[in-house]
Amino acid sequence: MRVTIIGAGVAGLTAAIELAGRGAKVEILERGAEIGERACSWAAGGMLAPWCERESAEPVVAELGQQALDWWPRHIDGVTPNGTLVVAPRRDAAELTRFAARTERFDWIDGDAMAGLEPDLAGRFDRGLFFREEAHLDPRRALAALAARAMEVGVTIRFGVEADPEAAPGDAVLDCRGFAARGETPDLRGVRGEMLLLRTQEITLSRPVRLLHPRIPLYIVPRADGLFMVGATMIESAARGRVTARSAVELINGAYALHPAFGEAEIVEARADVRPAFPDNLPRVTRRGRVFSINGLYRHGFLLSPAMARQAAEAVMTQSETHDEADRERLTA
Amino acid sequence: MDFYGVALRSRLLLGTALYPSPAILADAVRAADCDIVTVSLRRESGRLREGQDFWGLIRDLGVRVLPNTAGCHSVKEAVTTAQMAREVFGTPWIKLEVIGDADTLQPDVFGLVEAAKILSAEGFEVFPYTTADLGVADRLLEAGCRVLMPWGAPIGTGLGLNDVYALRSLRARFPDVPLVVDAGIGKPSHAAAAMELGYDAVLLNTAVAKAGDPVAMAGAFARAIEAGRAGYLAGPIEPRDMAAPSTPVLGRASLA
Repeated sequence: MRVTIIGAGVAGLTAAIELAGRGAKVEILERGAEIGERACSWAAGGMLAPWCERESAEPVVAELGQQALDWWPRHIDGVTPNGTLVVAPRRDAAELTRFAARTERFDWIDGDAMAGLEPDLAGRFDRGLFFREEAHLDPRRALAALAARAMEVGVTIRFGVEADPEAAPGDAVLDCRGFAARGETPDLRGVRGEMLLLRTQEITLSRPVRLLHPRIPLYIVPRADGLFMVGATMIESAARGRVTARSAVELINGAYALHPAFGEAEIVEARADVRPAFPDNLPRVTRRGRVFSINGLYRHGFLLSPAMARQAAEAVMTQSETHDEADRERLTA
Repeated sequence: MDFYGVALRSRLLLGTALYPSPAILADAVRAADCDIVTVSLRRESGRLREGQDFWGLIRDLGVRVLPNTAGCHSVKEAVTTAQMAREVFGTPWIKLEVIGDADTLQPDVFGLVEAAKILSAEGFEVFPYTTADLGVADRLLEAGCRVLMPWGAPIGTGLGLNDVYALRSLRARFPDVPLVVDAGIGKPSHAAAAMELGYDAVLLNTAVAKAGDPVAMAGAFARAIEAGRAGYLAGPIEPRDMAAPSTPVLGRASLA
């Protein structure tokens, strides 16, 4: 079977691997000139944190998200299985209790245990939550590695191609355009996110740290070469304009509250993009004729794309019968 | 109960921020059976006219929208946001917030009165988020406000009614002005207590949005508010120090 995938973001690339693994001949059409250039996954945090996400997401996110923990290390190198640390400033200690009440699969740890995990945070927090089963990756390296992996298994990727799903060639088409599919997907909305990349050699972290904050869920994800990704705002807006001063201040304040060394860090990049989301903030695999689609990954691109890719690949390969909403079908919740 | 001549049935006003998803927000609004929701217009999304999708979802709820100026720290910012809100939602209603302190989010009451004057003169119907101070309340009414929204406690704290005395005296001083406790509510019992004080309505957001089950919590608040209102109307007994037997005590001759 020949399948055309539109979009080489995290949804398109994971789906390509799953489809190729089922024997499909896959071609990806990507509007950008290279991997990541036009993909919102480029601005992602890369946290594989199904249990932490339960704080604000529905149970199905944790359920499907667990698939990511074995999917990613099976397909690429560079997944760090060091867990997630969750802390709160003293004045927001109640946030930690609230977070604990909404999540599972963590241990309460005291300041000493925290210093054992993250020596640079010694003496800074009295207690925190440790989600030891979670992991993280660098989304930019992961996308590049995934594209390379896909090509190894026979997937072709054509860059600089704006494609219309209805007109695309192939026995089946898988639309992975994310927010670019807004025109044909009326209930899709954009949720703006802003992130910073900071560089400092003064502090080392081995795992993502979430600093609970009443307004924005702030996290810092360590990457190679002294880089730290600080994210992310959540604004009900599809504006792609540059990072605002207010958001930058909030993100930097959060990093500084975690450790003053971030005050001296270099700002390497400030990026804003738009997450595609449905009203329930859950992803969907849908079908209309021979055009299938994965969309609505919201803030869970790296966490939920493996599960969605599997579902979409199954649906495409079996060309499952449509049975509701005339020729439009929602295949997953 | 009416706000600026609009008769309302429900005494619960819900904020629309911080929910896990718009779908859960919609379910919570239905469970709360409320007539009014408040919406915050972050300046940037308003300026860029790109928050339309979320605002469309809010409009689709089929309830009256009370836009707010949450997060505005100056009179000018609040007035600009109010003007933008009128354009986006097509309503003269505005919940006016002028924040005086970034940590406690308490109202800057001087800026609030000034902004209320400007907006009332421009034809807005202003719902000011204020402290429970009587003097400020007087100034707000002079500025043209016909509804007052004193805080129970700082925004998002869930502490309940921090100064019951002040809230009670406000109610006693302005028996005919619609009074809404806005902010600080954590549990349904807090909302019921506000209603038992004779308040007309309660506005809350975090207590529902951040609850473990926002939809169930919205229903719990709706019932607590109904119960508190009914209790107020039914005329509660006065508290007293000694037990008052509800059945005659036989064989006890002395009352001493």
